[in-house]
Amino acid sequence: MSTDTQFDPWEVFIQSKSGLPYIHAGRIHASDIKMAMQNARDTYTRRSEGTSIWVVPSKYINASNPDDNDMLFDPSNDKIYRHPTFYVMPEGAKNI
Amino acid sequence: MHNEHSETHFQSRIDNGEHIEAKDYMPENYRKHLIRQISQHAHSEVIGMQPEGNWITRAPSLRSKQILLAKIQDEGGHGLYLYSAAETLGVSRAELIKNLQSGKAKYSSIFNYPALNWADIGAIGWLVDGAAIVNQVSLQRTSYGPYSRAMVRICKEESFHQRQGYEIMAKMMKGTKEQQAMAQDAMNRWWWPALMMFGPHDTDSPHSSDAVKWKIKRETNDELRQKFIDKTIPQAELIGLKVPDENIKLNEKTGHYTISEINWDEFYRVIAGHGPCNKQRLDHHIKYHEEGAWVREAAEAHKHKHLEKELLTI
Repeated sequence: MSTDTQFDPWEVFIQSKSGLPYIHAGRIHASDIKMAMQNARDTYTRRSEGTSIWVVPSKYINASNPDDNDMLFDPSNDKIYRHPTFYVMPEGAKNI
Repeated sequence: MHNEHSETHFQSRIDNGEHIEAKDYMPENYRKHLIRQISQHAHSEVIGMQPEGNWITRAPSLRSKQILLAKIQDEGGHGLYLYSAAETLGVSRAELIKNLQSGKAKYSSIFNYPALNWADIGAIGWLVDGAAIVNQVSLQRTSYGPYSRAMVRICKEESFHQRQGYEIMAKMMKGTKEQQAMAQDAMNRWWWPALMMFGPHDTDSPHSSDAVKWKIKRETNDELRQKFIDKTIPQAELIGLKVPDENIKLNEKTGHYTISEINWDEFYRVIAGHGPCNKQRLDHHIKYHEEGAWVREAAEAHKHKHLEKELLTI
């Protein structure tokens, strides 16, 4: 048999209703954009799960390194002025 | 500071109920166990299309034909969700398929039994999908994120499969004597293999303890099997089917049914490749994989042609 291919992987994002965010649904394999779109449709939206699809070649997804989590997602508890409760409002102030 | 790349830290994350994601540290055996289990699960979905596909052209009505087509398309989709989940662990689709075709990777031995007549399609949907659902509902809470998400998606789709099977059986049990006999015969042939789908007893299950410790499996083989037995026996009785086991007894205290001992010799014989259809299932997969190679080659050639055009217009 000649060289086999399973095509490049693509990540699929589905918007379930207009106005809502696109959510990662999973992955498909395809040789080009057209096939990627068709496969994403057939694989992830057989039961009206979506109104719109994004497909992105998996090689273009860059994920953060879990080892960097402490640095990247530091809760910044020392910066309490980022929260509205930090501020002192004059007595009787309304709608603020 | 804790060491994030230690097994102790990993186990404490698991014990805290955290999910593990693709780039997180995981012990090599956790990764290996998952690749084996998820790919086996994916292969089962794909090979499982064969016994049913055999009946598409012979479905007794347009309604049942449409339903069967939709069900088999779902199984193919489930295989794809699971292959994708396995790929996040660093194994390629080509490798997974190669391992299936060489026999290195297994699939559920239930699919090595033939679907002899239309009643078998009922029994497969009701019993085989029914057993699969019990397992898959439990796996929605598995510790590996991509596997868990695939399971949630699959469970949403799977319940129609079991209901269509039970509907076929119920209809046949309301039919002629011959139809009732066909349904009972299918029940007799599929009951025991369906119970074997949950795997060996916990005491004889080689991979069970690590899988439970790592929360890959949330319930043991025997616990899941018991759930299936307790659900299914009343469903059989409701439509007048007899469970092919003289020793079935409901334990009033526990609410659980007890059954005869399972014929494990048969289970191991089928796993070892000596079931009625092992060779046929793999041969079929390899044949269509090879016959489809030119389509994949053509699609790749098409892609390269268009890539070259794009480069020329820049």
